[in-house]
Amino acid sequence: MLTTIASFINAAIIQGIPLLYGATGEIITEKSGNLNLGIPGIMYIGGISGIVGGYIYEYYTPEPVAALCIIIPLLCSLLASAFMAFIYSFLTITLRANQNVTGLALTTFGVGVGNFLGGSLQSFFGKSGSISLLTTGNYYKTPLPFAEKLGLFGQTFLSFGFLAYLAVIIAVICAFVLKKTRIGLNLRAVGESPATADAAGINVTRYKYVATCTGGAIAGLGGLYFVMDYIAGAWTNDGFGDRGWLAIAIVIFALWKPDLSILCSFIFGGLYIICTYIPGLSSASKELIKMLPYVVTIIVLVVISARKRRENQPPAHLGLPYFREER
Amino acid sequence: MSTAAIELKGITKRFGSVVANKNISLSVQNGEILSLLGENGSGKTTLMNMISGIYHPDEGQIFINGQEAVIASPHDAYDYKIGMIHQHFKLVDVFSAAENIVLGMNDGKKFNMNDVYARVSQICEKYGFEIDAHKKIYQMSVSEKQTVEIIKVLYRGADILILDEPTAVLTPQETQTLFKVLRRMRDDGKAIIIITHKLHEVLSISDRVSVLRRGEYVGTLRTADTNEIELTEMMVGKKISLNIERSEPHDIKDRLVVSNIQCNSREGVRLLDNVSFVARSGEILGIAGIAGSGQRELLEAIAGLQHIDSGSIIYNNPKTGVQDNLRDKTPIQIRDLGVRLSFVPEDRLGMGLVGNMDIVDNMMLRSYRHGKGIFLKRAEPKALADKIISDLQVVTPGTSTPVRRLSGGNVQKVLVGREIAAAPTVLMAAYPVRGLDINSSYTIYNLLNEQKEHGVAVIFVGEDLDVLIELCDRIMVIGGGRVTGIVDARNTTKEEIGLLMTKTDGGQTNE
Repeated sequence: MLTTIASFINAAIIQGIPLLYGATGEIITEKSGNLNLGIPGIMYIGGISGIVGGYIYEYYTPEPVAALCIIIPLLCSLLASAFMAFIYSFLTITLRANQNVTGLALTTFGVGVGNFLGGSLQSFFGKSGSISLLTTGNYYKTPLPFAEKLGLFGQTFLSFGFLAYLAVIIAVICAFVLKKTRIGLNLRAVGESPATADAAGINVTRYKYVATCTGGAIAGLGGLYFVMDYIAGAWTNDGFGDRGWLAIAIVIFALWKPDLSILCSFIFGGLYIICTYIPGLSSASKELIKMLPYVVTIIVLVVISARKRRENQPPAHLGLPYFREER
Repeated sequence: MSTAAIELKGITKRFGSVVANKNISLSVQNGEILSLLGENGSGKTTLMNMISGIYHPDEGQIFINGQEAVIASPHDAYDYKIGMIHQHFKLVDVFSAAENIVLGMNDGKKFNMNDVYARVSQICEKYGFEIDAHKKIYQMSVSEKQTVEIIKVLYRGADILILDEPTAVLTPQETQTLFKVLRRMRDDGKAIIIITHKLHEVLSISDRVSVLRRGEYVGTLRTADTNEIELTEMMVGKKISLNIERSEPHDIKDRLVVSNIQCNSREGVRLLDNVSFVARSGEILGIAGIAGSGQRELLEAIAGLQHIDSGSIIYNNPKTGVQDNLRDKTPIQIRDLGVRLSFVPEDRLGMGLVGNMDIVDNMMLRSYRHGKGIFLKRAEPKALADKIISDLQVVTPGTSTPVRRLSGGNVQKVLVGREIAAAPTVLMAAYPVRGLDINSSYTIYNLLNEQKEHGVAVIFVGEDLDVLIELCDRIMVIGGGRVTGIVDARNTTKEEIGLLMTKTDGGQTNE
């Protein structure tokens, strides 16, 4: 029984990590007043660009070095997802396009590009079969060295690759920055009331761009974790599924707080896979149980809207463009 | 005389062809309070926005402590130790007072909220503010929010403070507290400019008064040497003859009898206080007042868009002779009673017309309940649109042009044309000529006159006193949500109306 619980917690954390990256990225983005619904697509791009980078490196190098195996996909992923977020920023901040439409278009685009490259990368290089970056995947999966010595605790909580810990660290840093620093205060002001921020001498456009691109880069790491660690350097079309949307749901569930989103991500990770831990479920009931994260999100939305506590509401200017001339 | 804290020389600012400020020069010393007095649209706020870096003057110079200064942004203004307290507060609701105060500042030191709280309480003690720096803005009253704004500029080390109509949102007690603080800041050597149009406040707080009229500088007086009547004359100026045709009213009947209506905002602020008047058929009733004195709320209350707490609005139906109370009825219910009420709202493209829809579709907004079946019949509204275009000489490529592409005057013609086409018995128009050129304005005046001659009770909210005096039959003046007087337009003067406008302590004047 204990081992089942431990393995469930372990699995919940593994499932929660990509969600946590997505949620942290989206929180940073939304704090600047940008509702980036392109996050699911950006996470696909984050995954596939890591695969492409790793693939090319492994393909042209007879004996890949550990450090480069990690750094190249990491950099590719960060840059590509930040670039996606930059497209979003340019369209919504500079050209003032509708945020929802732009985000949804980016998601459709990102998923499509991911599946296209993932499905045809092998044939570009004259090979057949599916992608398998075993070397890179193994480096990404390397757990902490002392994990094995700590028995069940080590297996449950410390058996992940470095990206898992990085996710938690980034979330904690983001929480700290938002709560305790001048930059965080300014960023929150931009999302709440850009006109006020502008009058206070804050460069609203710069904050929005930087927050959105940083948020995109962080979210992209969720895709990288998924392809490199979770499925060990492989690609399956639509394998990442709807985790991006789940990440956006977590933002609401965590009340736009990155520290709370750590816990929420693991809860959602658990809800995502709990159906495989309940014995004797028909496939229909499994699908019903998979709805749980979304049902929980709707309940949270209803509760926070009903309670009207101002601190728990989304940033007041979320989703709206800012025109300086209109003040 | 010592060097002025701030001195303006020959400032001119244009917006397109409109001259908002023309060759204005004035100065303020340290340890002095200057009132800037003027009607709506006289250019007070524009002028102050140039000092605080929001606008840039087209001509003229600004000197600060004798040095010429270029203020290109609000940030520059802070660097020159200028702080402006806007009429609409710029505060983040979910932040605490202290967080708002420190927002956007970077003094290079380590960011520590405890230091901020300490400095804020220091400033509060020095000038006698009472505020809890930990309190969130959304929990604050208007006066507390204003205090936060003032502390915000003092925290940034401002020596020159500009307050844009600070008392407009305050109760008399809060105003007294504010004045006490302002005097203490003056005694501390700050230069203070206060924009206002309440004469008694000018006389009680300021050392000198500068008066603007229609963007032009009229003059500066020492407060001790002047009085309300002199200031009113400077503010409203000499009467200008406009030669608007005005027919004698005939067949006058009480159409709309408004008695003692009270309205409160959601925050509990009194918007309309015991307002009573009669709108008569065949007559134009003008409504004058400083912007935001309750004109909008009054019209919306009659139109069924504003909740009324007490009082009644009785409509005498000319056809049936029935008296209906319109209070707390929705626009649809009012229409179903057979009340033919037309409303030309202030916000033309927000409340009056849908900017992205064409003229025909906008006509249908008034008649969408006509007809049967699920399909639209566009022939009738199309004919109406064509009629309005030819009758009122609307300049448009055609009836299928989105109205937002039309110029302001043409938009207004479409809106007024539609409202008149509904054959109203009561026609309410709020600032119908705002932003219109002379010819369009006269077209609108003539339309209103025509309606009056047809026996319509016209209610005209205006800002230009010359127009009100020449166009209307009676003028009701409101100030601070109260009726401060109803005068006969044929036998009144701008000074009389000006004095009533700035009188906020109530008191009914009989015709």
